[in-house]
Amino acid sequence: MIEWINDHGMLAAIFALAGLSVAFGALLGYAGERFRVEGDPLVERIDALLPQTQCGQCGYPGCKPYAEAISGGDAINKCPPGGDATIAALADLLGREASPLDGEAQDAPRVAYIREDECIGCTKCIQACPVDAILGAAKHMHTVIADECTGCDLCLDPCPVDCIDMIARDDAIDAWQPPLPAGPGHRPAAQLIVSDRAHTPREATHG
Amino acid sequence: MAKAFDFPGGIHPPARKTRSTRHPIATAALPKRVVLPLGQHIGQPAEPCVAVGDRVATGTLIARAQGLISADVHASISGEIIAIESRRVPHPGGLSETCIVIEGDGIRDDWERLPALDWRHTDDATLHARLTASGVVGLGGAGFPTQVKARVRERHAIDTLVINAAECEPYISADDMTLREHAADVLEGARLMAHLSGAERIIIGIEDDKPDAAAALKAAIKAGNRDSLEITLKAFPARYPSGGEKQLIKRLLNREVPSRGLPADVGVLCHNPGTLRAALQAVRDGRPMVSRIVTLTGEALARPGNVEARLGTPMTELLDAAGLDEASLARLVMGGPMMGMELAHLDLPLVKSSNCLIAASTIELPAPPVEQPCIRCGACEEACPASLLPQQLYWFAKSQEHDKAELFNLFDCIECGACSFVCPSHIPLVDYYRAAKSDIRARAFEAQKAEHAKHRFEFRQARLAREAAEKDARRQARTQASRRPKAESAKAASKEPPTTSQTSSAASSPSANDADLKSLRIAHAAAKAAVRKAEKVLTRVSQSGGGQGQAQNADEIQDLEVQLATARENLAAIEARMAAAKEAAAEATSDSSMDTDRERAE
Repeated sequence: MIEWINDHGMLAAIFALAGLSVAFGALLGYAGERFRVEGDPLVERIDALLPQTQCGQCGYPGCKPYAEAISGGDAINKCPPGGDATIAALADLLGREASPLDGEAQDAPRVAYIREDECIGCTKCIQACPVDAILGAAKHMHTVIADECTGCDLCLDPCPVDCIDMIARDDAIDAWQPPLPAGPGHRPAAQLIVSDRAHTPREATHG
Repeated sequence: MAKAFDFPGGIHPPARKTRSTRHPIATAALPKRVVLPLGQHIGQPAEPCVAVGDRVATGTLIARAQGLISADVHASISGEIIAIESRRVPHPGGLSETCIVIEGDGIRDDWERLPALDWRHTDDATLHARLTASGVVGLGGAGFPTQVKARVRERHAIDTLVINAAECEPYISADDMTLREHAADVLEGARLMAHLSGAERIIIGIEDDKPDAAAALKAAIKAGNRDSLEITLKAFPARYPSGGEKQLIKRLLNREVPSRGLPADVGVLCHNPGTLRAALQAVRDGRPMVSRIVTLTGEALARPGNVEARLGTPMTELLDAAGLDEASLARLVMGGPMMGMELAHLDLPLVKSSNCLIAASTIELPAPPVEQPCIRCGACEEACPASLLPQQLYWFAKSQEHDKAELFNLFDCIECGACSFVCPSHIPLVDYYRAAKSDIRARAFEAQKAEHAKHRFEFRQARLAREAAEKDARRQARTQASRRPKAESAKAASKEPPTTSQTSSAASSPSANDADLKSLRIAHAAAKAAVRKAEKVLTRVSQSGGGQGQAQNADEIQDLEVQLATARENLAAIEARMAAAKEAAAEATSDSSMDTDRERAE
């Protein structure tokens, strides 16, 4: 064996490399079968970036179908609730050019509100709600579970008596965020209350 | 460098405390009208349980705690509820919140107290219930509900209770005065909380610039030690921010609270003296939290000092009583000058977390100078008591690189303001960190909400699929039931061609049906596994619940329940489809045998 290898160096090398490629090819093929991932992992990652309002403004029935469409090559700028932040995140993930939003940007987060004395109990909005956030029964007044409402507008059109309004979310005090300071050259917005330069002679900064 | 039993960094701002400690604590005049916000604590705002027009006495419950981290609100004067509406509250953004407004009876002050309890002879459950019913929250400024803190032993073993009497922030002297005058009550409250948390010793941490309070504490320790509980008093040189929980624990016990952790993680519980006194009053006297001691100070006041004032008292009344000179008032600050917030209005109510009001003149607290570019001097790094890198955090916060800021432990910043204080460029560093923190939190919350909406959407899809499958199965069963007699009649006629009303599945060949059944069986097994997995996760999470993460935990459990329901719906849908397919398969075989019969007959 050793002698043969010594005599036919070239052939031995070819056989060795061919053997290795067959072995690793088989290993890779097996691993590909064994650890196959069902579904498209990219769709999941795209779906995670979408705002999950399930509003259908992109032309697809929900965020997941739109994620599938994006992964299939559709434009990334069809999500008004997500706005520019979502487009930027998608462009980042997919390595595509960020394009301006197709449609009107949505301002403040909103929530559906049913004027309850006008509701006739037709259950049409309940069927339209993508996240089961409307409560009620036939011929009984319906109401919106505000915490679960994604503000998608889908219940507005089916309502035969137009008793549903979209109102601004009433969580101003929870949603308040301290503003980022304007930067060098500006006077801080009064948050900085004391600094050691302003009034007293400088004291030791160490103990 | 940090020595053992000391924390790194820190600063020495001018203390300016003596101005408000010259006179004993006064009692503020009973206000004619109080405004009580529903969210005076950390966590969910309380829910009103009274209506406009109701008569209330001092101490009547007017709003109930909602959710796990929340606190009750009680009427602080006797009178009539005249409004439940949105009013301006002390808030850094100057926002409004729902408040209950009570018009007082004038000079009358009727009380509604809870029955008095002797905590040494009362079981823990009753004491917990009493703390909950009294609306006691931390009085140091953060306003964390005390009853939640008292239950901490359910999750953590506590060995030491620390009384945080450091009061390191300039101007504030409310704790100092509380200790001078009510040291015995504070100690008794500490014994009560130590009893509830299972702590074996009490350590009092106090800065050495409060000799009177330290002397009062020493006397009280000597006088009242009936238990075996070991009480020690440790005085240390004043340095800001030694009153920060984590810094105080490091200084007293040389224990370091882990990153993003709580003092309870190292077996310590910290309480403010005022809170301990309020907890004792709630238990011993049955007195709900209706007042607090607040420091009124600043150069714009003629008679600075500490007053015990009813909650909801308009700040104007308190300041006017202390001799406010509006002409020289430049800034009104609630809390200390380092961590407090500037208030834009004077007509705000006193809340549970207002420990100090500073009516400052332009000379003592001038307007902040213009921010200059960072010169990378590193002074902030030397001052940081949490050993962070403020300069790095500043760059990341400014450019909104939140993931990097988190990597540099932004959330371990205690927002003490030492870095802003020493910054030679007057950069409001803490403002940057606050903005970044709140943005990160808001984004995480949005992501969590989106995830929840997604799960509810999936649940709905699964439910619709299950309903469709069940409907399909029923329809198929009906057609087959109606087809059987027809088929028999067709067999009798035998010349007629096979009926055209066959459903597609029944018409397909038996082998196709088998493949269909096989894939359905696989899907069935997968759906079953998904249900089991969802059940397992749900039990694990619900068992690990409790403590201070409870509110978040409840949301998580709710979300997991939706996921479990989705898995169950999927399983039900597949079962319905499988039942239908099985029936179709059985029908098809009998059909095919029938067909062969027919062919033979032909």
